[in-house]
Amino acid sequence: MSTPLVEAVETIEAPDIPDRPRRGWRSPSFVVGAALLLAILALALVSLVWSPYGLDHTDPTARLAGPSGQHWAGTDRLGRDQFTQLMLGARTAVWIGLASVAVAFAIGVPLGLLAAAAGRFVENAVVGVIDIVIAFPTLLLAMLLVTVYGASTGVAISAIGIGVSAEVARLTRISASRVFTEDYVLAARTCGTGPLMILARHVLPNIWHTLLVQATLAFGIAVIAEASLSYLGLGTPPPAPSWGRMLQEAQSTVSVAPWNVLLPGLAVAVTVVGVNLLGDGLREILDPQLRQQRQAADR
Amino acid sequence: MTVLETTGLTITLDGQPLVRDVSFGLAARDRVGLIGESGSGKSLTALALLGLLPPGMRTSGRILIDGQDHLGAPDRQWRRVRGRTVSIVFQEPLTALDPLMPVGRQIAGPLRLHQGLNRSDAERRAIEWCDRVHLPDPARLVRALPHELSGGQRQRVALAMALACRPRVLIADEPTTALDVTVQAQILTLLDELIEETGVGLLFISHDLPVVAGLARHLLVMRNGRLVESGLVDDVLRRPRSDYARQLVASAARVTRLARPNVRGEDR
Amino acid sequence: MLSYLIRRVAWLIGSLFVAGSAVFFLLRVLPGDPAVTLLAVGSSPDQIDAIRHQLGTDRPVLAQYGHWLGDLVTGNLGDSLFTQMPVLDQIAGRLPVTVPLALSAFVLSIVVAVPIGVFAAVRRRGLLGVAVSTLAQLGIALPIFWIGIVVVWLVAVQWRALPPGGFPRTGWQDPAAAVQSLVLPVATLTIAQGSVLVRYVRSATLDVLSQEYVRTARSLGYSLPRALWRHGPRNGAATVVQILGILLASSLLGTVVIESVFALPGLGSLLLTSVKARDLPIVQGTVFLMTATVLVVGLVVDIVQRLVDPRLGART
Ligand SMILES: Nc1ncnc2c1ncn2[C@@H]1O[C@H](COP(=O)(O)OP(=O)(O)OP(=O)(O)O)[C@@H](O)[C@H]1O
Ligand SMILES: [Mg+2]
Repeated sequence: MSTPLVEAVETIEAPDIPDRPRRGWRSPSFVVGAALLLAILALALVSLVWSPYGLDHTDPTARLAGPSGQHWAGTDRLGRDQFTQLMLGARTAVWIGLASVAVAFAIGVPLGLLAAAAGRFVENAVVGVIDIVIAFPTLLLAMLLVTVYGASTGVAISAIGIGVSAEVARLTRISASRVFTEDYVLAARTCGTGPLMILARHVLPNIWHTLLVQATLAFGIAVIAEASLSYLGLGTPPPAPSWGRMLQEAQSTVSVAPWNVLLPGLAVAVTVVGVNLLGDGLREILDPQLRQQRQAADR
Repeated sequence: MTVLETTGLTITLDGQPLVRDVSFGLAARDRVGLIGESGSGKSLTALALLGLLPPGMRTSGRILIDGQDHLGAPDRQWRRVRGRTVSIVFQEPLTALDPLMPVGRQIAGPLRLHQGLNRSDAERRAIEWCDRVHLPDPARLVRALPHELSGGQRQRVALAMALACRPRVLIADEPTTALDVTVQAQILTLLDELIEETGVGLLFISHDLPVVAGLARHLLVMRNGRLVESGLVDDVLRRPRSDYARQLVASAARVTRLARPNVRGEDR
Repeated sequence: MLSYLIRRVAWLIGSLFVAGSAVFFLLRVLPGDPAVTLLAVGSSPDQIDAIRHQLGTDRPVLAQYGHWLGDLVTGNLGDSLFTQMPVLDQIAGRLPVTVPLALSAFVLSIVVAVPIGVFAAVRRRGLLGVAVSTLAQLGIALPIFWIGIVVVWLVAVQWRALPPGGFPRTGWQDPAAAVQSLVLPVATLTIAQGSVLVRYVRSATLDVLSQEYVRTARSLGYSLPRALWRHGPRNGAATVVQILGILLASSLLGTVVIESVFALPGLGSLLLTSVKARDLPIVQGTVFLMTATVLVVGLVVDIVQRLVDPRLGART
C-alpha cells in the first residue's frame, strides 16, 4: 500500500557527500606521504626484476664492508649486499603488510557491519569480543601461533591480520551505527528497505573513506609488526630477507659496522611516516567535515 | 565618561573584510543594543572589543578602553581590562562554563585573579553573587556542576562570573537565544535589574528586535559587517532610515502585533 | 557507582574467562598435534606419548579444557615441559627485571612527555612546537628495537658509559649494577612510549584549548597558560587516564622486545625462549597473565574515569 507518507519519505535523499573532494596535490601531507610510500613500493617492485646482487650472493672478500660503489649500502658479516637485502626486504614488508590488511578487513568489516546492523544482543556480543581481542596484543597472538605452527609468513600474516581486525571492526561498527541512526536511513527502513540494500546504498558509501584511511594506517602498523616479529625471530624465516632480521643481524655487528643499522630502520620509519601522512592527507581530502572541525579548532 | 570606544573597527580574514568601519562608544549606565542578521559580524565585533578574535583575523581602527588604545596591544595589556573593565556573557551557557568545575569556583576565579582574594573570601563572595543573581540556595548551589543546573541557572552563573569583578561595561552576546521564552524573560528582567544596581554599561547583542527594544535605549543595526543605522531606540523604531532597519521594524511589528496587540503604548 | 563496579568486575571476569579459553583453544584445538610439532622429526612413538601425557592431550578436549580452567581459577599454570618447574615460579623469578623496567619507563614517560605534549599544543604554530611534534611522530614511526640498537651503539659502544646489555647474575643483590643495566632499556622504552604519549597529550590539550570555557576564562582576564592550568587537568584527566592505561599495557608488552634487545632475563625473554623451544605451558601461562594484566588495567582505567568525570556516571 503506497501512502503519501511513504512517497514523501522515499523522496528524502541521502545527502550527497558535500563539497567536491579537494584535489590531492592541495594537501601537502598527501603528496609527501604518497611520495615516501611510492619510493618503498618502487624498491619492492624493482626487486622483482632487478637487484644489484642475487638473494644468496655472498662476497667473502668483502665482509662488513662500508658503503661503496660496489655495495651501495655495504655488506653484512657474511658479505651479503645490504642494498639487495633492503630491496628484497621491502618486498616482504609490502607483501605481508598488504596481506595482513586484507585479512584484517576481511574479518573486521563484516563483523563491524554485523554488529551495527544487528540487534542489541549481537552488537554487545561482538563488542565484547572486539574488546578482548584488542586487549590481546598482536605480538602475543603471534607468539601463540608460532608456538604451535612455527615461524612462517602465513603465521605472521594471520597474527597481524587478526590483531588489526579488532580495531577495524571497532571503527566499522562505530561509523556504521552513526549512519544507521541518520534520519534518511531511518526513513528508508520505515519504507521496508532491506538491511543489505541499506548497507549498499547508504552505509558503505558513507563509511568507505573512513575505512580507507584506516587501511593506510593499518598497513603501517602491519609493517612495524612484521619488522618486530622478524627481529624477534618469529617472522618470515630465512632466507627470505626482512628489515627486522637485517636489524637483528646488524645489532650483533654494531660496534664494527654501525651503518648497517641505519638503512633498515630508516626504511621502516619512511614507510610508517609515509603511511601516517598519507592517511592524514586522505582524511583531509575525503572528509570535508573534518576540515571544518580543524578550522574551528584553530580558533 | 566613555569607557569603551571604537572607531573605524575593521576585521579581515585572508584579506576578506568581515566587519567594516564600525564606530561607537559606551559609557557607564549606557544601554546599547546591537542588532543584525546572522553572520552580520556582531559576535566578531564583540570579541574584537575584548581582544579575543580567532588567530588569523586582522584588525584595524582603534579600540579605546579608558582612553587607551588596545587594538594590537600585547595580551598582557588586554588581561588587565578583561573581566575588570569589560566583561562578556556568551550565548551558550553550557559550553561557556567548565563542565567539571563547581560553579562557585568558576565565579570565585576572577575574584582571586583580579582582587587577590584568598580562597575562602572568594568563595564567600561567590555565594553572595549567586544570591544577587537569584539562584536558589546559594550556599549549596556553589558546589554544583553546570550539568546539574538548568539552562537559565547556568546563564545566571555566567552573569555572576562576568560581573563579579565589577566591570564598567558588560557585553552580552545573545545571552538568551539558547533559552526558552519564559526563561528568556526572567534573564532579561535580571539583566535589567543588575545593570540598574551596578551601573554597568551594557552592549546587548541580539537578532531579536523586540528583545533589544525592551532593554536598550540606543540601537545599532548591523548588516554585512557594517553599521547601517545608529540612534535612539524610539527614533529608529519610528523613523528607520535604512531599508534594512525598515524591514526589521516592519517584521517585528507584524509579529508583535500578533502576540500583543498594543505593545508600544505600555512600554517605557 | 557500586552497581557499576559490580557490573564492571563481572565483565572483567567474563573477559578473563574468554581470554583463557582463547589461549587454550588456539594452542590445542587448532589443527595439528602439539606433541608432534614439539618433537624433532623421527622421535619414537613412546616419546610422543610421554609428551602427550604430560600435556594432557591424551585426554578428551573438553576434559583438558575443564582442567585448564580449573587450574586457572586455583592459580596453577602447570609445569614447564623442559625444566619441569612450575610455570608460576618461573614467571615470578622474572618479575624483578620486568616490573621495574616497565614501571619506571611508564612513570618516566609520563614525567617527560606530559609537559612536552602540552607545550607542543600551546605552541603548535611555533617553530619549537612543530619540531617537538615532528620528533614525536618520528619516535612513533621508528621501531623500538631500532631505537634500542642506536642507543646501545651511542652510549655503550661509542661512549662506553653503560653496559650494552645483560643483567647481573646476582640480581638485585648488587643494586648499583642492576640499576646500571636497566638504564638504557628504560631510556629506550621511555623514548618510544614518550613519543606516543606526546602525541596523545598534545591532542588532548588542543581539545581543551578549543573549548568555549577556555575562551570564557580568557574573557575574564586569565592568560592562555593559566586558563589551561585552570581547566586542563580536570577536563583532560579522563582522556589522559585512558591513555595511561594503554601506555601501561604497551610498556608491559614493550618489554618483550626490549628485553630481547638488551638481553635481559625478564618475563619477555622467558616468553620468547619458550616460544622458540615450544614450551607450551610457559607460553600459555605467560600470555594469559599478560593479557589478564591488560584487562585489569582496563578495569582500573574505567573506574578511575568514572571518578574523575561524574558526568559519565550520571548518564547511566
Ligand atoms: N572563526 C571564524 N573563522 C572564519 N570566519 C568566521 C569565524 N567566525 C565568524 N566568521 C565569519 O564572520 C562573519 C560574522 O560572524 P559573526 O559570528 O560575527 O556573526 P553574528 O552576527 O554574530 O551572527 P549570529 O547571529 O549567527 O551569531 C560570518 O560571515 C562568519 O562566517
Ligand atoms: Mg553571534
